[in-house]
Amino acid sequence: MKRLVVVGNGMAACRLLEELTRLAPDLYQITVVGDEPFAGYNRVMLSPLLGGGTDEKTITTHPHQWYRDRNIRLITGTPVVAIHRRRRQVETAAGHRLDYDRLLLATGAAPRQLPVEGVTLDGVVSFRDLYDVRRLLSLSAARVVVVGGGFLGLEAADALVKQGHDVTLVHSRGHLLNQQLDESAGHRLQQDLEARGLKFVMQARTQSIEGTCLEESREEGGRGRVAAVHLADGQRLPADYVVQAVGIVPRAELAASAGLTVNQGVRVDDTLQTFDPAIYAIGECVEHRERTFGLVAPLYEQAAVCASHLAELGHRRYLYADSATRLKISGIDLVSCGDFLGDRDKGTEQGETLQLNLPGSYRRVQIRDNRVVGMVLYGDVSDAPFFEKLWKENTDISALRETLLLGEAFCKRPGDSDQNSEEIAA
Amino acid sequence: MNAEARAQKAVATNAGTAICTTCPYCGVGCGIRTDGVTLKGDTQHPANAGRLCVKGSSVLETLGDQDRLLNPEVDGEVVSWDQALDEVAGRFRRIVDEHGPDAVAFYVSGQLLTEDYYVANKLMKGYIGSANIDTNSRLCMSSAVVAHKRAFGEDVVPGCYEDLELADLVILTGSNTAWAHPIVYQRIVAAKQARPDMKVVVIDPRRTATCDLADLHLAIRPGQDVPLFNGLLTWLDDNQALDQAYIDAHTEGFQATLETARSQGNDWEALAAKMGVSKVDLTTFYHWFAACERTVTVFSQGVNQARNGSDQGNAIINAHLATGRVGKPGASPFSITGQPNAMGGREVGGLANQLAVHLDIDNPAHHAAVADFWQAPALASKNGLTAVELFEAVSSGEVKAVWIMATNPVDSLPEADKVRQALMACDTVVVSDCVASGDTLACADIRLPALGWGEKSGMVTNSERCVSRQRPFVPAPGQAKADWWIITEVAQRMGFADAFPYQHEHDIFAEYSALTAVAGQFGKRLDLTGAAELSADQYAQWQPQQWPLNGDPRCYADGQFSTPSGRARFVSCDNPPVRQIGDAFPIILNSGRIRDQWHTMTRTGRAGRLFAHLSEPFAALHPQDIERYRLQEGGFVRLTSRVGDALVRVTRDTGQRPGTAFMPMHWTDQFSRRARVDALVPARLDPHSGQPAFKHTPVNVSDWQPRWHGWLFTAASPPAVEYWARVPVDAFLQAGQVQRYRLAGDADLTEQQLHDWLPQAAQWLALNDPATGHYRRAALDKDGHLLAWLAIGETLPVCDVDWLADCFADDADIQHLAILAGQPADAGPDLGPVICSCFQVRQKTIEAVVEEGADSVEAIGKGCQAGTNCGSCIPELRGLLETCTS
Repeated sequence: MKRLVVVGNGMAACRLLEELTRLAPDLYQITVVGDEPFAGYNRVMLSPLLGGGTDEKTITTHPHQWYRDRNIRLITGTPVVAIHRRRRQVETAAGHRLDYDRLLLATGAAPRQLPVEGVTLDGVVSFRDLYDVRRLLSLSAARVVVVGGGFLGLEAADALVKQGHDVTLVHSRGHLLNQQLDESAGHRLQQDLEARGLKFVMQARTQSIEGTCLEESREEGGRGRVAAVHLADGQRLPADYVVQAVGIVPRAELAASAGLTVNQGVRVDDTLQTFDPAIYAIGECVEHRERTFGLVAPLYEQAAVCASHLAELGHRRYLYADSATRLKISGIDLVSCGDFLGDRDKGTEQGETLQLNLPGSYRRVQIRDNRVVGMVLYGDVSDAPFFEKLWKENTDISALRETLLLGEAFCKRPGDSDQNSEEIAA
Repeated sequence: MNAEARAQKAVATNAGTAICTTCPYCGVGCGIRTDGVTLKGDTQHPANAGRLCVKGSSVLETLGDQDRLLNPEVDGEVVSWDQALDEVAGRFRRIVDEHGPDAVAFYVSGQLLTEDYYVANKLMKGYIGSANIDTNSRLCMSSAVVAHKRAFGEDVVPGCYEDLELADLVILTGSNTAWAHPIVYQRIVAAKQARPDMKVVVIDPRRTATCDLADLHLAIRPGQDVPLFNGLLTWLDDNQALDQAYIDAHTEGFQATLETARSQGNDWEALAAKMGVSKVDLTTFYHWFAACERTVTVFSQGVNQARNGSDQGNAIINAHLATGRVGKPGASPFSITGQPNAMGGREVGGLANQLAVHLDIDNPAHHAAVADFWQAPALASKNGLTAVELFEAVSSGEVKAVWIMATNPVDSLPEADKVRQALMACDTVVVSDCVASGDTLACADIRLPALGWGEKSGMVTNSERCVSRQRPFVPAPGQAKADWWIITEVAQRMGFADAFPYQHEHDIFAEYSALTAVAGQFGKRLDLTGAAELSADQYAQWQPQQWPLNGDPRCYADGQFSTPSGRARFVSCDNPPVRQIGDAFPIILNSGRIRDQWHTMTRTGRAGRLFAHLSEPFAALHPQDIERYRLQEGGFVRLTSRVGDALVRVTRDTGQRPGTAFMPMHWTDQFSRRARVDALVPARLDPHSGQPAFKHTPVNVSDWQPRWHGWLFTAASPPAVEYWARVPVDAFLQAGQVQRYRLAGDADLTEQQLHDWLPQAAQWLALNDPATGHYRRAALDKDGHLLAWLAIGETLPVCDVDWLADCFADDADIQHLAILAGQPADAGPDLGPVICSCFQVRQKTIEAVVEEGADSVEAIGKGCQAGTNCGSCIPELRGLLETCTS
């Protein structure tokens, strides 16, 4: 049997194992090395976990038994520290030396660090893995500043509010989730979250993080504790904890040190192969056609393509397909996709905006040449598949336009206008 | 009020007993049997024998307290009746004392009952001492009154409805009988079916619905009636078809009249061309007239509402006198009236140039007799101001106080905008009405709530002199009172208590009937003396009866007329000067009724059903003119005349003569933004009758293409837009009945305008498509109830009217998306609850995938995407897998 070593045990790796063991259950002797001390869990569910909406057992998608059932060796709690490509061997921090015929890198991403003074203080935390969640869950009532109004920051902040903390979210832009929402939806989200007790400071750049008792800590060899966040406009936000949620960076150091081509992430081709034909990479650690990844949908697609190649059934190619982003923040459903602002292709016609404003719900669909080019749904997302289909299939919507935003249930009867015809005479 | 509430109220009042009453609409005067819940034609009534038209059959739908005037108001304040009556009496008294009796006036209506009319006339002419009481019958019947008086010596309709069934030739001229008098029309239809040899000729510049029945339609040019009937007289003479014996024995003035008629010659080819018809059609008509001894000529507003309306009436009567066809079975000229009690008003003397009971003000003997009967020391001795003059006098300040009862002169008089201005500037305007909002009411200083149909009690006279009861069957709403009671109270407060002792409408009818004896002294046919001793109980039990109460349904069959000589008079009728059509106003605008509306819609406008036939104000034009003036069929046309303008929809009508247009008379500012036809009509009057020429207004037409079109549903009044027209829908809010507005405009309605327009809205649902200009709004109150629904677009947005109306119900389930769609969701099959919320995959979809062979969570994901995003539904997917496979 050939030997496959998988570096990383996140969602991409687990999905690949699922696919591969189904396609070619007897082709490989598989070893998985994860640096987290856990079996496979659903990272997407960390926010509900932090918010108290679920528990660790429920979000464990691949318990140890699952690996045993498939004769997969799972090594957890230790990172791989080196790849010896000529020997086709990897080495873990704990000293394992694992030979491979094929190596899969699924090392994921790390939270981006704020480039400011004080990020190493005690009380400055991230929100990335189960360990972070356990730490955040253990905080006693406190003032927390969350830096970053993206998805992770909002989820962390919302969950911390639910835990009873006094939470202020600092965001550098004018509206929240500016990658996924237009201004109207972003403002709605802010209002809805404010109503739940979350405080916001918008268009704020973090200048530095202030520590307490620096002198004493140094004497004790400690790093000091967080006291406040300073913003560029001079505001000082007192804080017992700071959660940084300003994005992720692909973890590609291991690949780089092994001499693989790394740019923002580990460069892969359409078969998810790296520079070294024996080494594949998928997930947040890769860079494919100058694109890096952070959402789960493309990861799953990569896992499926990569599994087919590893299974030696390889004929599929991975091509990024723009798909809708589906988020849920504090119970509020959000979906966005495509060029929802109509400004992505500079120099072309900006297109036309349809908007629907209802209590608790907002829809925006961006139209160009009678085609849906993007959308934002806030609150009621029941029609997301309908809009997404129109978007993906580039459907001409001119006949549906009048009631398009109201959703599929109101777009089924073109030509049904007779019942209230214009006639002033019967 | 909805049907249920109405039924409850009626049942509570009548305990299910049906009463017989008379329809509130046209002058056919059909009998109705109703218990307030159900309604049908009264099979015992001689006018209709059980038949009813669509208006009559839907009259229950127009009842209810919505938009009713419920309390007296003085200068905008609700007051007690005592205060209001004191105020009216005081103001009239003060003005009479300071400026004389001619400084006050009453303007009354053919919808008043005979008793109301009688008391109003007695008060103004007998006690205030002015003849300044005129009625809206001036606008429809006064030319016929003049024609009757000139020919017969009395305002008498000689024939009866039965004549229509007995005739061999029925001529309908200036009458769209099918729409304006549907039951008369149905009687003719039935007669013609029974006797297919019977001929029907319709004379009308328009091809109307009435023409469906016609053997011959003479689409003469507007204003050609006198040449047509003068030509008939000549033709009868040329063809030895005159009844010379009758002429000699029973008439006078024939020779002069014939000479006048002959002056236009007898070149039938040329005359036909002048009238705009073929020679064959013209002479066919003349032939038939000559051949049919039994000929009835029905004439109505198309004849009366003209510069020479009186002459047009007499030209018709001349032809009947010349053939001896008056008051004989199946042979009569027959003027039919448009209002339920125009005839009753004419009988009691409600016109400014009548005294009372067919007697004349300027006849000293008549004057003395009436003064004696009434014991009226101040009885007016000169004719008063007729309708148009009256409002001109209001405008000039000559008349300082006017009391308007049950009519809407701001819409129905010519140069209607000037009437509004005159009323706005008038010292004291009192309006008695049963509705709370109206274009005339808006000008009132004092508003008095009157009873309406179904509440009030009294007599009406129809077109064949048949006197019937209107009987009440629902209680008075609020403080509303009978008109006769209001007038009586004011008379008493003005110091005339002795002459106005009335306790009950019966007292008044008895006095009026007794007064007709005075008419008899002067040889008048009006005779109700048999009812003078009527007991209250007999009054209550009154069955429809024609006057004279001698049992003869016709008058003048014996050739004895009401003139001093006893002979009927021929009236020489000159051909009218041909009106030159100028470039400035190249189209001749005609106006009239449509089938399902009546007058200014104060009643019919409450029943949504009655808008199903025609829902918006329109101008009908011939296709050639639509093309020539670059109009759009179904589009909008702005009509301008010398005195005003209107904005209505364009309808294509090949029945129009090119160069003419037709507009309905019904729409007011309450029902459309700018569609009052009478704002266009100049005040050109018949010199004898004072009746305005409503049928002949030179106008210009121009296309208007609004930038946007829309629908609005609301009980509030509409926002300021260039065009709107409303139709009531079957839904009621606190603010009143919900209306469906058709909107159009050029200027954008801004968000701010909308919010200012409906400040009570707590939430606005909004759909915007700025690129196309399409947008929708739904306004909800704080409890989530629908207040208004608006959809605007480049083209008219689609909506489901009935469904939207239901959404205004208190218990309506307001689904935001459906509300904005204006239609219920097309739900599709029930797919169960959403399991995968990321991809909105429902339970049954997942089960179907499992049944097709998906055996794992991943396979389900491949089949239907479920569980392939956040994965939080995977435990549920596993559960479904287990239940489906076990």
